[in-house]
Amino acid sequence: MAETAARPPAPRGLSDRLSDLLWSRQGLLVLLLILPPALWLGIIYLGALFALLAQSFFAIDPFSGLIKYEFTLRTYGELFRAANLDIILRTVLMAGSVTLAAALIGFPVAYYAARYARGKWKALFYLGVMLPLWSSYLVKVYSWKLILAKEGILSWLFETLHLTWLLDAYLSLPVVGGNSLSVSWTGTFLVFLYVWLPFMILPTQAALERVPPSMLEASGDLGARPGQTFRHVLLPLALPGIVAGSIFTFSLTLGDYIIPQIVGTSARMIGQAVYQFQGTAGNIPLAAAFAVVPILIMGVYLYIAKRMGAFDAL
Amino acid sequence: MKSFLNSCTALSLAASVSVLPASAEMMTSIGEGEGELNIVAWPGYIERGETAAEFDWVTRFEEKTGCKVNVKSANTSDEMVALMNEGGFDLVTASGDASLRMIAGKRVQPINISLIPSWDTIDDRLKEAPWHYVDGAHYGVPYMWGPNVLMYNTEVFGDDAPTSWNVVFEPMNLPDGEPNEGRVQAYDGPIHIADAALYLMTHQPELGIESPYELNQEQYDAALDLLRQQRKLVSRYWHDAFIQIDDFKNEGMAASGSWPFQVNLLQADGAPIASVIPEEGATGWADTTMMHADAANPNCSYMWMEHTLSSNLMSDLSVWFGANPAVPAACTDGRGMQTAEGCTKNGFDDFDRISFWQTPVSSCESQGECVPYYRWVSDYIGVIGGR
Repeated sequence: MAETAARPPAPRGLSDRLSDLLWSRQGLLVLLLILPPALWLGIIYLGALFALLAQSFFAIDPFSGLIKYEFTLRTYGELFRAANLDIILRTVLMAGSVTLAAALIGFPVAYYAARYARGKWKALFYLGVMLPLWSSYLVKVYSWKLILAKEGILSWLFETLHLTWLLDAYLSLPVVGGNSLSVSWTGTFLVFLYVWLPFMILPTQAALERVPPSMLEASGDLGARPGQTFRHVLLPLALPGIVAGSIFTFSLTLGDYIIPQIVGTSARMIGQAVYQFQGTAGNIPLAAAFAVVPILIMGVYLYIAKRMGAFDAL
Repeated sequence: MKSFLNSCTALSLAASVSVLPASAEMMTSIGEGEGELNIVAWPGYIERGETAAEFDWVTRFEEKTGCKVNVKSANTSDEMVALMNEGGFDLVTASGDASLRMIAGKRVQPINISLIPSWDTIDDRLKEAPWHYVDGAHYGVPYMWGPNVLMYNTEVFGDDAPTSWNVVFEPMNLPDGEPNEGRVQAYDGPIHIADAALYLMTHQPELGIESPYELNQEQYDAALDLLRQQRKLVSRYWHDAFIQIDDFKNEGMAASGSWPFQVNLLQADGAPIASVIPEEGATGWADTTMMHADAANPNCSYMWMEHTLSSNLMSDLSVWFGANPAVPAACTDGRGMQTAEGCTKNGFDDFDRISFWQTPVSSCESQGECVPYYRWVSDYIGVIGGR
């Protein structure tokens, strides 16, 4: 009888044994839980990315126009042709200036929202910042085209204020000017700025809210002028938020291909070049090589952002 | 890394090989409809009365044959080729710059014209057109065609309608006394190089251009030079028909190459717009209904091809789209809304003055060695970027 009592409970169903196994080996449980998302990221996402990047090491045969599946760096060489360098430079300059302007405009807005807005004003602020994100991106871009048109709202406003000469003088400037705002780089810039601004304001605001007001007060008590407090206390503490926002504005501008197609001078940016080379020309290697450029630029950008502490709060 | 790259190559090669269809045999008889039909088409090409009630050429087909029509819109020839490469579609309305690519890639199958009773009603000029008739086989049924016209603002030009494409290529003062700089547009697609070449055929005959789609290096360079000159005049290249319509309304545009589609819509809106096919002639497009090599619904496909020729489709679509029917009788016999005057307005009588879109290839008929299309793409990007 004693023998029977000492025997471990008889093995029950499969699911019980599985449960025992997972309980005794916690590592296995973690592995099983993490496997599906890891596979998703690894195969669907990274796999597709690498398959694309691999294409950039092929080249198009200059005579037949067909892709030759042999390893070569010739396609990367093509990136350095003057017309292609123009595209890269143009895009980076645009992304840089959009980011800078978004930071300059976004900071005061975020500061007000973080420090002064209360109650329903805060709700209104969130609504105001987010509202443009709810309407279709295309609707926004097309309405900007109408605002900026030669016979559009802005021209009318300038005319009513008897300032047409000012607009004309601005439009006669090289590079930023053009026949009208909607066919100039200024127009492209304004639309980019409008569309991506919420992505700058929200992280900046989050960073500003984490700055304790006592620090600013302490700085003032120690005799710092407002400008000094801003430079030495507020800005360094808010910088991670601004940098995080700039990652959005910079990378989104870098890859966009719809805005410059609707508003601007028709000169290509990187996104349009990728779209056109892979779609129209069937030159997938060059499109892939172009796609590598923003990845590299963002790599450098993220490295600098990390050094500035943008990810410390994650 | 290298072995990884190799395996990527192998994978992508394997993928591309496995989707190649087995060569399809031509059908010899039409059976029962399969109950479904999937078509890739230009926007506005297949209407079932949902956009405007009077433009409907699908409902009756569905009632008659029981084939439910599903339409997938594609905005460019390249999207069409990509969709057909993916598969899952029965028919495509392909332009000449896509059709030969699909024939060469064996994505479409030859059509047995004896199974299409109305074949004989097709315009004789289209029956054996080189963009769908290859090596004695018909790869589809002609659908619609139209010219790329010169659209202009009648307030700017007054009584002096432009007679030459020079208003969009050469710097000059327009009849209203203002320069054309900043007031003209050009098409934002590499195929526009052909428009420049067409202009040079008349104005620099010493270049010896025979077809605007077949250019040797010297002819090609001359066309690019002309386009660089045009870049100084053009403030924005047009890409989307509706953006161009907007530009003629709100940006003070005076002239541009365009489609009758935009001209009709602008005129319907009361804008001071007219169009002309200038003395140099014009480029144009001609579309063909082509059948996928692996079409899952071949019987419905043949029924649809017959339907395109014999129903109200040709007539009403030519009104709707500002294009010309492949069946000349559709202009006059009252099967739909189109009239003889309407067809004339859409350029029906100008067939011989139109150079229809083709994909430029390196081994060309007229002179052995030509600049291929992928270089048109990269060089046109350069020109628009100011190079």
